[in-house]
Amino acid sequence: MNDTVGIVIVSHSKDIAKGTADMVRQMVGSEVKVAFCGGNPDGGLGTSVPLIVDAINDAWSSRGVAILVDLGGAETNSEMAVEMLDPERRDLVVVCNAPIVEGAVMAATEAAGGSSLAQVRAVAEELSAD
Amino acid sequence: MLETSNANGQIFTGDVQLVHAVGMHARPAVKLTKLAKKFQAQISVRVAGAAEWINAKSVAKIMAMRAAHGSMIEIMASGSDAKAAVAALVELIAADFPDGIS
Repeated sequence: MNDTVGIVIVSHSKDIAKGTADMVRQMVGSEVKVAFCGGNPDGGLGTSVPLIVDAINDAWSSRGVAILVDLGGAETNSEMAVEMLDPERRDLVVVCNAPIVEGAVMAATEAAGGSSLAQVRAVAEELSAD
Repeated sequence: MLETSNANGQIFTGDVQLVHAVGMHARPAVKLTKLAKKFQAQISVRVAGAAEWINAKSVAKIMAMRAAHGSMIEIMASGSDAKAAVAALVELIAADFPDGIS
């Protein structure tokens, strides 16, 4: 199966999340599944665990899903969302330690070539290595 | 331009001028990397004369090379499909990164 790793973008701002997803689709193309979420359910700034769970399921791939986050709560809520997934999916989702925009573009570029989840994560995290 | 090194018969190189108006910025870097990944060959690029070769399959490193408009890009590849890889990358860069190639 030629599935590619899926990408999820989680920002405190829906506009940032959508804009990042737009950049990925335009720059990398449509062969990689990209889902995004941002803002709390009231429409304000924040992140929401249920919305993150939905985004992960939207971007789901048998190869796994890499999540790119912005600040603090986006990371902890993403980790919580991963915990709420079906057990067999949990191990196939990683939260990358990478800048959200650059990390999403690089991760998607790597994913488009058919790389594994570990490779996709490594490429995104290369940006924070030094 | 495409030539074969006789060193071990396996290394192919090419030179091509970067005609893109703003040099090797993000979008061309993504296209170059995606195309490079389609080949099995090990592929390296550098701005002509630069000390270090850069892995053409690493999008972060290609973006970071900051090749300027008009610079000459050298491509070197080894492996089973190295010749085709060099030809494809030369074509991509010479054609100014059109949509649909990578």
